[in-house]
Amino acid sequence: MKLTCDEATQICDKSQYKEATLWEKIKLNLHLLLCRRCGLYSKQNNVMTKCLEKHKNEDCSKNNCLCAEEKEVMEKKLKENI
Amino acid sequence: MAIKKHILNPEKWVSLHADYLFNYTISRVNNHDLAKDLVQDTFFAGLKAKDNFQGKASERTWLISILKRKIIDYYRKINSAKGKAEVKMNFYTDGEREGEWIEERVPNSWDSNLEKSIENDELSVVLDKCINNLPEKYAMVFRMKTIQHFETEEICKELEITSSNLWVIIHRARTQLRKCMEDNWFKN
Repeated sequence: MKLTCDEATQICDKSQYKEATLWEKIKLNLHLLLCRRCGLYSKQNNVMTKCLEKHKNEDCSKNNCLCAEEKEVMEKKLKENI
Repeated sequence: MAIKKHILNPEKWVSLHADYLFNYTISRVNNHDLAKDLVQDTFFAGLKAKDNFQGKASERTWLISILKRKIIDYYRKINSAKGKAEVKMNFYTDGEREGEWIEERVPNSWDSNLEKSIENDELSVVLDKCINNLPEKYAMVFRMKTIQHFETEEICKELEITSSNLWVIIHRARTQLRKCMEDNWFKN
């Protein structure tokens, strides 16, 4: 029933992906009532998720395709082995 | 009824499948050169194994199945004892205080102009740096889950790990990231 800070923050992380179970959330909230440190962690975790969402949108387009020369090299290496 | 039998045509692999395989790989390993090498290796392995191709699956499906093995081999390598880099511990792992915060890793409160700083374009750069500072295994699983939004089940299946394994990795990655962002971005 009683969680350690390690366990509580792990559930807190899991809940950022909406995958914590109801029971886990109940235990987490009980812990948060009593623990300021984890309360701060939990609050900051929401901010982290927002940052990561924003980062995701910027990250998606860059570095994501092969250029023509890279494909030529690949093709050449492959043909040497056929 | 005759079923159409698929055939392999290695001459055309690069033009037909390189982009697809590369996209598949980069969303999992997030490193351009590494992804390129894994795709090239997949083509080589495909050539070697081409006599085993039975024509039941399409050429692309068959190549993807080889690539999947390459990716899990890579994951195993970065997860092996030899290459094992661990994140910093945030909680005591034994003794009387097991599971409690280690003093110097306790969260500090952040600058109150938070909302504003989230809009700042440099945030992404710092965040990226912090993610890249994670040991590779943690960065890979964390990215797949958080940036690429893979289902938990899918990651577990592909990397052959359990879901509790996955959540421990995500937990450690996020605690480390929080600390890194605190030190480099949200400092009072």
